[in-house]
Amino acid sequence: MMDPITLLTLFVLAVFVGFEVVSKVSSTLHTPLMSGANAIHGIILVGAIIVAGEAHTPLILAAGLFAVLLATVNLVGGFVVTDRMLEMFGGRRAPAAKKPENEE
Amino acid sequence: MNLIPAEWAAVLYLVAAVCFILALRGLSSPKGARRGNLTGAAGALIAVVTVFLSAKLDNLPWIIGVLIVGSLIAAPVARRVKMTQMPQLVALFNGVGGGAAAIVSLLELSRVHSPYTALAVAFTLLVGGTSFSGSAITFLKLQELMPTRPLTFPGQRFLMSLVVLASIAAGTYVTIERLFVAALVLLALGLVVGVLLVLPVGGADVPIVISLLNAFTGLAVAASGLVLGNTLLLVAGTLVGASGTILTRAMATAMGRSVSGIIFGAFRKGGSTAGSTAISDRPVKSGTAEDVAILLNYAQKVIIVPGYGLAVAQAQHTLAELAETLEARGIEVLFAIHPVAGRMPGHMNVLLAEANVPYEKLKEMDEVNPEFKSADVALVVGANDVVNPAAKTSPGSPIYGMPILAVEDARQVVFLKRSMRPGFAGIENELLYEPQTTLLFGDAKDSLSKVLAAVKGM
Repeated sequence: MMDPITLLTLFVLAVFVGFEVVSKVSSTLHTPLMSGANAIHGIILVGAIIVAGEAHTPLILAAGLFAVLLATVNLVGGFVVTDRMLEMFGGRRAPAAKKPENEE
Repeated sequence: MNLIPAEWAAVLYLVAAVCFILALRGLSSPKGARRGNLTGAAGALIAVVTVFLSAKLDNLPWIIGVLIVGSLIAAPVARRVKMTQMPQLVALFNGVGGGAAAIVSLLELSRVHSPYTALAVAFTLLVGGTSFSGSAITFLKLQELMPTRPLTFPGQRFLMSLVVLASIAAGTYVTIERLFVAALVLLALGLVVGVLLVLPVGGADVPIVISLLNAFTGLAVAASGLVLGNTLLLVAGTLVGASGTILTRAMATAMGRSVSGIIFGAFRKGGSTAGSTAISDRPVKSGTAEDVAILLNYAQKVIIVPGYGLAVAQAQHTLAELAETLEARGIEVLFAIHPVAGRMPGHMNVLLAEANVPYEKLKEMDEVNPEFKSADVALVVGANDVVNPAAKTSPGSPIYGMPILAVEDARQVVFLKRSMRPGFAGIENELLYEPQTTLLFGDAKDSLSKVLAAVKGM
């Protein structure tokens, strides 16, 4: 286990990275960005796997596996639905780039 | 399995964290968005493989089985969901993530040895629970399984204060005594907070609340990273918490709202804030498809304002064809995109892109608003709240202060609407009763097809 100060340092630095990295987002991309960020916190799956892997009673195992299920839905569903949203955006990039139609 | 040493695992977690940062950066620009999302997914895959290889895990067959089942449930649902239902699906995914974080912390409580980790457990239980139930309520509101207008009841503020006080008490017990029962109580209180927080939020503000709850879940995940001593969870959760906060503010600004106004607005007023949802019987001017076709055909400049009704009717292709037909006759056609038209920002851009409407034709609100003065016809297709002048004129209205599209400046306004039912925010639109307004009732696709046929016949 890391000492509290190291963890606090990580936390504060991550806050600033999180602020900076999305500071210039256009309103068109608000929803996909929200959805993508939503998928990223599905990484709680790692925590759920650890907890389920430590379980020694059926009740705790059941609760841990339930957490694995919820986290998987968050992670997998989140990335897939974001990709689907962006796939729909894809159609408009070709005309925006004003490329002649030389490829079918 | 202990196939790889802890140092390697730490390095791989770092790689995953970098992937997440790149993912968020990619998602903030149109060019890199899709690749950004895939980078994020790759990071997640690395992290999950790493935990299997590095941690000592029992019950492996069970875990892998559930992992497969979860993927088999989530992927097809996410693949097949209708465009109009994406926001509620995101809300749902967000809620289950919060729930997972809360369960993880609850199960770890017995292994916690320091007060500050116990405090992190308490935080995760409360915030994860709030995110879970709050997301569930937003899901129900967006799916219209419950009323979308703000729901308030007498004593709501008092109850909220009571729940907050009780949460502090239970949180203290969890932190100092590490009592499992107190942890369960705290989780239950978190669930109540989520419900109380979202009930008073009006329909149009729901996407902003989803974003806020998304940031909450991020923080809950970060706290469970502290509980487990897992730096990846800490960093990834914090990233989402921080970027989610910025995004929530950006979305609120795009609608001219403040985040605290949305959350506490209904509490402050303490009563029913939504206007009447009753259908007024004042006279309106309704026309036929031919009337609308004549208006369009003799216009020089037409601005089309698409809204949720267009998405529901899946009428984007018909609308695009109508725009092309008009342009072929030398009529200038623009699309005015309100930042929150539809049920989520960018909804209309996606929809019209699907129908191959050129990107240059889609004008954002600030750019297009001065254009309405010189427009002969503003054609409003299934939009309501985003063109409702009540946002400018009536301070008591729940949408007061939201920037709107200035369709009332156009010489003629045509509304294609299903009925006189008010929009998602539950407020009547005065513009419908103005003399320059013509209404064409019906499903947007039907109406547009009829108008298109009439225009072609001229």
